[in-house]
Amino acid sequence: MIKLKRILCGITATTLFAMTLFGCAQGSAVADTASSQPQATDVSQSQPSSDAPDNTAGGTVKVGILHSLSGTMAISETSVRDAELLAIEEINAAGGVLGMQIVPVEEDGASEPQVFAEKARKLLESEKVATVFGCWTSASRKAVKPVFEEMNGLLWYPVQYEGMESSPNIMYMGAAPNQQIVPAVQYLADNGYKKAFLLGSDYVFPQTANMIIKAQLPTLDMELAGEEYTPMGHTDYATIISKIRASQPDVVINTLNGDSNVAFFKQLADSGIAAADIMTMSFSIAEEEIGGIGAANLANHLVSWNYYQTTSTPENDKFVAAYKAKYGQNRVTDDPIEAAYDAVYLWKAAVEKAGSFEVEAVSMAAKGIEFDAPEGKVTIDGDNQHLYKPVRIGVINAEGLIDEVYATPEPVKPDPYLTTYDWAASLNPIA
Amino acid sequence: MDTIMTMMVNAISLSSILLLSALGLSVTFGLMRVINMAHGEFLMIGAYTTFVVQNLFLTHVPKELFDLYFPVALIASFVVSAFIGIVLEAAVISRLYGREIDSLLATWGVSLVLQQAARSIFGAPNVNITAPSFLNGVVYLGGAVLSIKRIFIILLAAACLLIVWFIMYRLPFGSQMRACIQNRDMAGCLGIQVRRMDRLTFAMGSGIAGLAGCALTLLGSVGPTLGGNYLVDAFMVVVLGGVGRLAGAVIGAAIIGISNTVIEFGTGASIAKALVLVLVIIFLQKMPQGLFSIRSRALDEN
Repeated sequence: MIKLKRILCGITATTLFAMTLFGCAQGSAVADTASSQPQATDVSQSQPSSDAPDNTAGGTVKVGILHSLSGTMAISETSVRDAELLAIEEINAAGGVLGMQIVPVEEDGASEPQVFAEKARKLLESEKVATVFGCWTSASRKAVKPVFEEMNGLLWYPVQYEGMESSPNIMYMGAAPNQQIVPAVQYLADNGYKKAFLLGSDYVFPQTANMIIKAQLPTLDMELAGEEYTPMGHTDYATIISKIRASQPDVVINTLNGDSNVAFFKQLADSGIAAADIMTMSFSIAEEEIGGIGAANLANHLVSWNYYQTTSTPENDKFVAAYKAKYGQNRVTDDPIEAAYDAVYLWKAAVEKAGSFEVEAVSMAAKGIEFDAPEGKVTIDGDNQHLYKPVRIGVINAEGLIDEVYATPEPVKPDPYLTTYDWAASLNPIA
Repeated sequence: MDTIMTMMVNAISLSSILLLSALGLSVTFGLMRVINMAHGEFLMIGAYTTFVVQNLFLTHVPKELFDLYFPVALIASFVVSAFIGIVLEAAVISRLYGREIDSLLATWGVSLVLQQAARSIFGAPNVNITAPSFLNGVVYLGGAVLSIKRIFIILLAAACLLIVWFIMYRLPFGSQMRACIQNRDMAGCLGIQVRRMDRLTFAMGSGIAGLAGCALTLLGSVGPTLGGNYLVDAFMVVVLGGVGRLAGAVIGAAIIGISNTVIEFGTGASIAKALVLVLVIIFLQKMPQGLFSIRSRALDEN
């Protein structure tokens, strides 16, 4: 009886193993055949890849959308995904790209860089998308960068970041440090703030941003009061607030991200500290996050971005109206949302200039492309695949929106490695 | 002197938060030997219940009475969490009694389901809860600053502790519960309805977690991932303190809270978390059962 059981188990195991092998082999075979011939189905799909010929059959083109739809970053990234979908819908309604309708393929990075890397590979390898719009945290971008470089994909990254990076396969739609961080610290110095406390989440963006700020502070005659990092998702700021209180800074430069921002500002307001006592300047708080933190806790605090919902350009009026019409009147637009929206239109412009979806052709054609964005006119810088963007310092008001208090007269040229600043000469990128 | 006062005050506050979030877990883990990875989600359920109560008050109750939403929310959080705890216990946990690895996996799955349910019902972004105005303000103790919200949480933790102690040590229900914790089979043989005890205890533990969730809305964000931020700390408290005895949860929370605060003052938040974990591990090498464990004469010490 036992012998019979053993034989049966062995046969079952072998069969299952063989089926698995067979299934895997089939999977890659299907992908291979799909890449070389267009399928004769009613939805013909062009499979653009860097070596296959451009086999457009007047149908659809797939693009990837890779954001955190779950986890701690979902509070910020789901709206960025919404903006990209809005842009795709508008472009499709106007005729599509090169006559083809865009089909978005969404993947969830789940706030985990590892998952982002896996999903990026899936989008490029099995979905064979023409381009990907995605990522938020620098950790996720750093995780997918080698994937895009290995598989020659193209990523449009919509968020402000710490710079010190360039890649032929990434188009950086968000602010480089000289378009957000450096002008913000300059603004603080110009307005009489002398002592700064640096507080951030413990990952690459805050660490690099603070490295830049620490090099900049002495050149502005400003003093460093302290530097603290907390893990992502950290919620108890009692000790940190005590440390801030003890070191008596004029301003806290805040690079916290995600849930930590909510906890920090609630507890800061709780302990009786208002903007008039200790100002904060944040780089990761936009209109979307204000909703979760509470406008009362953030009243009169400063932020630095390139775009606010209140920015007055005719394109912005249309954009905000369209966004609210599609997603609800109580939704807000903010800088990464607007940058993601721009990214889709810039990709469309580059593809039409190149006449093809191939990554090399598109990135060559993208150099110098201009676009009348809701934030103002943006231009793709051919040297580093970043955008010329205007810099705007804003103050949070009681309604939860941000009012501009300062803007650069012209869009600022992106300088991710801070080559134009003497004091930045000794800075090395972290990874 | 100022620094020491501040450290003490922060340590007590952090310990009270840890105690609140871990109390329910200590009770259920102690009794049923079930590793409930969905414990954090009960905190989240309590927090979202508070959000719902707040919204109901915003739309249906005159402005002057708005602050009353908080006491109502406290009770509602307890009830809703307890109810969902009973449902969870009947559906999943009761089939996994004694099988610790299986309960870990199953409750982890339940936690993912609950998180996504919250995301689907309330949306992925964090929701805002306005604290009642009677909790605004600070108190100055020597050089230390303590907000009234934190004082409230300390008092709430103490009150919960007192109530649970009273139930466990002064009511017949409590002595039956303790009998089940000490020796489940023998308690069953003596006529105690063990299944019913499981259900009620799990409900109580989950209810306390819901209460904690309501209190935590005063301090942090309310979103689908709220549970994950507190789960690991709750488990550390329970493991350190030992299961089945209330004193264990209290002392465990105190040790972790104090060491976290003291180390954080010297170094940073990330390093403090890591060092506290190392301390707990070293400690457990010496006393694997935790600080306070039930010592019985049974041959098979569970």
